[in-house]
Amino acid sequence: MGFLSERDADYLRRLFAERLTDPVTVKLFTRESKLVLPGIRDCPTCRDARLILEELAGLSENIRLEVHDVFAEPELARQAEIFDVPAVILEGKNAGRVRFFGLPAGYEFATLVEDLVDVSRGETALAGETRRQLAGLPAPVLIRVLVTPT
Amino acid sequence: MAARLAHQFAIESARVTADVIQVNEFPDLVQRYRVRGVPKVVINERVQFEGAVPEAQFISQVLLAVNGHPNPADEKEGADG
Repeated sequence: MGFLSERDADYLRRLFAERLTDPVTVKLFTRESKLVLPGIRDCPTCRDARLILEELAGLSENIRLEVHDVFAEPELARQAEIFDVPAVILEGKNAGRVRFFGLPAGYEFATLVEDLVDVSRGETALAGETRRQLAGLPAPVLIRVLVTPT
Repeated sequence: MAARLAHQFAIESARVTADVIQVNEFPDLVQRYRVRGVPKVVINERVQFEGAVPEAQFISQVLLAVNGHPNPADEKEGADG
């Protein structure tokens, strides 16, 4: 049983075929080990995050999913500077870092779909003035947007 | 909308990292950032606001976090012109 209805899957398949011009790599950092270790909390949404992304990646050749277990690949996780799992990083024609922490579901599923299109094309619908201000940023910026699924 | 704007900023600028965080999964962050309502935006651990804001206001908050004041580029242009 998938997360997407057949109708939604069809819609997204068409949208991606039309709008994804270049490949996007979706890196999922996860922890699905059954091992229970003291001080390390379980990751109740890691499996669902993988299943959702696998389903999404199945809709377009331009969506390439990489799944990395933070226990198996600690160095990669360290380099990616993720603070927890599940973490999703989009890589394509984006200039900066586009990341999700937690399940990209609910409202954030729509965010993910729109992000995939922009990251693939390397363009956004931002106003020219906003892009000019972003081009002039003198120092690194970390923006954290805290949301809930509903 | 705040989530999408933050990600669009990151898509445009190499200087931006934008994290969209399902805060229900990371309760320690609720305490750390004193989250009362969502979306809550925290920029460089320095500037915070809650609720959806228009694009122009969001980028002003980013500039405020980086520069300490909202819009230096405009001030410079004003001085030149």
